[in-house]
Amino acid sequence: MPVTNQGSTANGITRRKFYVSAIYGLWGLMAAMLGVPAAIYLLLPPKLRGTPEWVEAGDISSLEPREPVEMVFRENRVDGWKIFSEKASAWVVKLADSRIVAYGPQCTHLGCAYHWDESRKYFLCPCHLSIFGIDGHVISGPAPRPLDRFETKVVDGKLMLGPLHKSEEKS
Amino acid sequence: MTWLDHRTGIETAIRSFLYEDIPASSGWHQVFGSIAVFLFLVQAFTGALLAFNYAPTPGDAYNSLHYILTEVTGGRLIRGLHHWGASMLIVVVVLHMTQVFLYGAYKKPREATWMAGVVLLLLTMAYGLTGYLLPWDNRAYWGTVVSTQIAARIPLAGPYLSRLLGGGNAVGVVTFARFYGLHVLLLPPATGLLIATHIYLVRKHGVAPAPGDESRPPKKFYPQQAFKDTVAIFAAFMVLFIMAVAVRVPLERLADPTDTTYVPRPDWYFLFLYQTLKLFNGPLEVVGSVILPGLAVLTLLLVPFLDRGPVMRVTRRVAAFGVVALAVLGWTGLTVAAVSSTPQPQNAVTVDSSAPTDWMGLSPQELAGIGYFREEHCASCHTIDAKPGTSSGPGPDLANLRTRKSAAWMIAHFKHPAAMVPGTSMPSILLTDAQLDTLAAFLLELTPRNAKALAGAPDFAVTGAMLYQSSNCGACHKVNGVGMAVGPPLNGLARRHDRTWVAKHFSDPAAVTPGSIMPPYHFSSRQMDDMIAYLFSLPD
Repeated sequence: MPVTNQGSTANGITRRKFYVSAIYGLWGLMAAMLGVPAAIYLLLPPKLRGTPEWVEAGDISSLEPREPVEMVFRENRVDGWKIFSEKASAWVVKLADSRIVAYGPQCTHLGCAYHWDESRKYFLCPCHLSIFGIDGHVISGPAPRPLDRFETKVVDGKLMLGPLHKSEEKS
Repeated sequence: MTWLDHRTGIETAIRSFLYEDIPASSGWHQVFGSIAVFLFLVQAFTGALLAFNYAPTPGDAYNSLHYILTEVTGGRLIRGLHHWGASMLIVVVVLHMTQVFLYGAYKKPREATWMAGVVLLLLTMAYGLTGYLLPWDNRAYWGTVVSTQIAARIPLAGPYLSRLLGGGNAVGVVTFARFYGLHVLLLPPATGLLIATHIYLVRKHGVAPAPGDESRPPKKFYPQQAFKDTVAIFAAFMVLFIMAVAVRVPLERLADPTDTTYVPRPDWYFLFLYQTLKLFNGPLEVVGSVILPGLAVLTLLLVPFLDRGPVMRVTRRVAAFGVVALAVLGWTGLTVAAVSSTPQPQNAVTVDSSAPTDWMGLSPQELAGIGYFREEHCASCHTIDAKPGTSSGPGPDLANLRTRKSAAWMIAHFKHPAAMVPGTSMPSILLTDAQLDTLAAFLLELTPRNAKALAGAPDFAVTGAMLYQSSNCGACHKVNGVGMAVGPPLNGLARRHDRTWVAKHFSDPAAVTPGSIMPPYHFSSRQMDDMIAYLFSLPD
């Protein structure tokens, strides 16, 4: 249409602009509609199945003050779509003030299993020689924070363990 | 950008892809191929996401899918997209073929493009067939039993095919592994490769022109046609998204090879084949299972060689329209016949296992308590596991009580709230002692864990359980381990008897089971429905 040549060019440009922005806009929207649910699906933790239950760890009547004992017990662990009943352990100590604490069985450095060194009276992690005092604090080694503690309560002389709380990192 | 282009040539490649010449007649009718490619990519994407939370073994498949649906945030949406995307992909691929067929776009020199397309259609159906098994619920299991049996009956190749699909005699772990392997390992690269070939061929020969295009200057694909493709893709995606959100994809009970009452049925797009099979019996069966489908595929492949006439205007291709109309009629007829002739499974109670089904494990008393909870409108003052911080009613949240009360305390509290909790504004509940007992039994079961699932117990089960309680059935029968063992336990009743039998048994037990000491029960038809549905929904 040579008569409206100029007009149609101007029209052509705006129409082209419209096409291009619509293409970008719609593809952007679709990418978001797929991407956001995907991110939610992968990143949000699954709905909590079950409030953490109290697990019976063992009898504490024979516990001597300041003598840590490794208590082994069974607990139900929810892992995705499965519930495992598995062996778990905790280091249980009756402190001087007869308060009872239970430490998670893994070193706070890289998760190795530590043990109580009877002769030296401290917890020793064999991996990188982290050493913890009987109250869980770091004496030496690379461990960044004290031993993690279970929530505890005593029912009829039995120690019950709740969730394991991460200890605060010492600055 | 130039830096990148100098090193990779990517910009030039995209440019030459987008600025392809297309015939002047191109337009909205050519968007289906793009939609199909897009939907395939959505399937690949959502499929990979599902695989991240899915355990591909018969032992775990069902539980992991249940986990995706009930616990993983957004899991239901992703599965919805994948499920409905599969159906939509079939629809779009068929629409794409129909368009190409009507326009005669398969004609020389585009025969190979067409044939690659036909194979792509078959691949799409193979996804449907193999993916159908993966939820490992009853529907999946029995549907696959039928399809592997059909494969096994193919003359000559049958036994080999059957062995290849891992189905010696039964659908089990081997079949499952093979279907999964096909679905996620073999089919996707095959499809990708074939799509690439298909698109390469389209590019090589150019988009098929219509008569009259030779005298008109070609257009560029970008941006006008790209815009049309985008809008069409967007529309299709919107439909898919809305379906994924709004239409629940069922998950039936865990696959049960001993369930003799299940009526297997393939997915909707295979129903016509299923029906064709029914038309041929005995020695002729092979006609329906192999010969006809084989001929159909062969004909489809050979379309470009059967119709070698010159390209005509689409409006003048009367014969092509006739063929399409016949195909649509035939397909619709067979599908409708399949739907209407398949009996509704008598004993099936539609329990949506894609939602939590914790209520199934409750005793009748506890379940009936939900009914009184609803009847007395307890929820107008009490929340059940409300999120912390959200406004709750005047009463405490019942799933998160700080101290657990005993049933005796609760019943006294129901009768005279102020006597137990001075100053409370809770009114007394006017129910009989037995009913209050029931209500208390339910409240004792409430934990933050099961609150939502219990609150979602379907009405039929709750009213059924209330009737069960008020009729005192537990004095003779056991449900979920609770009750007496004078009569037979009622879990698994659906496997032993059908609905008619049970209904008759209620109204005149001795007539159905001579020597039965069960008294007759005269329920209204509504009550009977609820009662039987409840009993049939009990876990086995």
